[in-house]
Amino acid sequence: MDLKTLTFIVVGATFALYIGIAFWARASSTGEFYVAGKGVHPVLNGMATAADWMSAASFISMAGLIAFLGYDASVYLMGWTGGYVLLALLLAPYLRKFGKFTVPEFIGDRFYSKGARLVAVICLIVASITYVIGQMKGVGVAFGRFLEVPFEIGVLVGMAIVFIYAVMGGMKGITYTQIAQYCVLIFAYTVPAIFIALNLTGNPIPQIGLGSTMSDGSGVHMLDKLDQIVTDLGFAAYTAQKGTTLNIFLLTLSLMIGTAGLPHVIVRFFTVPKVSDARISAGWALVFIAILYTTAPAVGAMARLNLMNTIQTGEVGSVDGNLAYADRPEWFKNWETTGLLQFEDKNGDGRIQYYNDKDEAFAAKAAGFGWQGNEMVKVDRDIMVLANPEIAKLPNWVIALVAAGGLAAALSTAAGLLLAISSAVSHDLIKGMIVPGITEKKELLASRLSMAGAIAVAGYLGMNPPGFAAQVVALAFGLAASSIFPALMMGIFNKKMNREGAIVGMLVGLLSTLIYIFWFKGWFFVPGTEMAANTPDNWFMGISPESFGAVGAMLNFIAAIIVSKVTAAPPEHIQHLVEDIRVPKGSAAAVDH
Amino acid sequence: MSQEKSRQDYWKRNLRLVTLCLSIWFVVSYLFGIVLVDQLNAISIGGYELGFWFAQQGSMYIFVVLIFFYAWRMNKLDREFDVHED
Repeated sequence: MDLKTLTFIVVGATFALYIGIAFWARASSTGEFYVAGKGVHPVLNGMATAADWMSAASFISMAGLIAFLGYDASVYLMGWTGGYVLLALLLAPYLRKFGKFTVPEFIGDRFYSKGARLVAVICLIVASITYVIGQMKGVGVAFGRFLEVPFEIGVLVGMAIVFIYAVMGGMKGITYTQIAQYCVLIFAYTVPAIFIALNLTGNPIPQIGLGSTMSDGSGVHMLDKLDQIVTDLGFAAYTAQKGTTLNIFLLTLSLMIGTAGLPHVIVRFFTVPKVSDARISAGWALVFIAILYTTAPAVGAMARLNLMNTIQTGEVGSVDGNLAYADRPEWFKNWETTGLLQFEDKNGDGRIQYYNDKDEAFAAKAAGFGWQGNEMVKVDRDIMVLANPEIAKLPNWVIALVAAGGLAAALSTAAGLLLAISSAVSHDLIKGMIVPGITEKKELLASRLSMAGAIAVAGYLGMNPPGFAAQVVALAFGLAASSIFPALMMGIFNKKMNREGAIVGMLVGLLSTLIYIFWFKGWFFVPGTEMAANTPDNWFMGISPESFGAVGAMLNFIAAIIVSKVTAAPPEHIQHLVEDIRVPKGSAAAVDH
Repeated sequence: MSQEKSRQDYWKRNLRLVTLCLSIWFVVSYLFGIVLVDQLNAISIGGYELGFWFAQQGSMYIFVVLIFFYAWRMNKLDREFDVHED
């Protein structure tokens, strides 16, 4: 059976599974639609959270980032996992005890202010929409690459699938499909990784293989070998730190508090039956995430080693040390046709030279070999995961599985984000502000309609991505870190925090972060409107726009505390509310509100 | 002991536990993985330089352990102060 047919069968089978689950897990009340009736087992919720969290970027792009950034990519590994510690210790149990449906609802009730709720809704919608565009694009790209389906058709098929289970099942349907999607994506990620680790190091566990010796009998450690190969070609050492310590520190912190403040992640902890379940469920979520996140460094390093070894076949500088273009392997040709790999024979010797021609000392040395510049003019980072099974010569069913895994990762994250958006519209805007007296039946209808609307908007933006879609990391994490996380944390840990403090704090955090991002990336990301070039020399103390969320959060805390000290303390019943959410007892009553 | 006082004690004990866990969280990621990475890289465990290992493997394992440890200790604390759910 050829690869394309096999991929259609595997992807088709997973889609049939998701739709089957959707029919089985229909939502019949707003409680089921928003929070799956608060009846999800903590381990299963952990699995659903992991699928919700790990997006197309985690599945496809992260290992590639690690392969080319080496140590510096640790910010993503630590940043996107360390946030769960904050979530489990500082937010999840208390928000579960509060026992309502959405994150803006907590902010509105705790700070007795519709204004605060509205600020939270706006942050949530902007962060989630930016994020969901990337997922829709991911679906289109995955379809295009593996099934040769046009991009738009791919996005439409993805929208249709999400529509079926998200509109029918709400959070309940999404949760059970996410569990299935997690199983598909983790299997698709780890199987190629195990084969590659076995092949290179003789150890089937990628996490251990990365620290082992090469299986070629040389006794050299894999990472030392990689460091040597890349530095021999003028690249920076793989395990060395390239960015400044301050910026790496702040970027990690921004990603961590951003993760803990992203509403579509927080709301998953509203679905478990008890407060103690919320704590343990965050632990399970991190277990399931860490299986992929600790495998990714091995995939990245090993893919980089395979790539370098394929091209630099002999000693650097020797006449026949480089792969002849005519002898390039099959996978190389396949990815050339997609344009993700591009070769240009600059010195006309018919061989491929891949080295760092930006390093002056090495470029001068390379000129002595008759090399006239790096000839791999394009090596797309995403190839590292997508081409891995082919590079490791794995059977076709593994390649088909990777396609299904990429789609599972994109669809599960998209569904979680769409639910956060639609519940903010139907529950916070429609029920909370516009039509407070709406019946439950009508609210359920409104939530289904908002979901359908959110899918249509996301699909449209996925097909016609605005310029800011690529800025998702800076924007989504910046907003969540600088506005939502501090407001939630102070709402729980500072009993005296009042309405005035929280609103001023959120606005200070939000505006400082937005202005800093826009300053270097253009106002509303319009090209040409940036106030200064986005280079480390111009950054304030060397802090990149992506790393500023942590600074915005600090400003938020400081402003909120100062303002709350000089304005009236919150009313008595709010202080009681805070005391009440601090103890687990009595959460059962909160379920039926 | 009044209920008011007992709840205050419960909250203090919780804050102490949170502080302990977050200190470990900070040390393994920000100190070992970032600030002291060069110094720790002088030490090797297997084929990993230690600082690099903390940044790309170790910190994540410790994060997982921290959450389960916190959940376990809090369940005990909930029972001790009789604020657990049934």
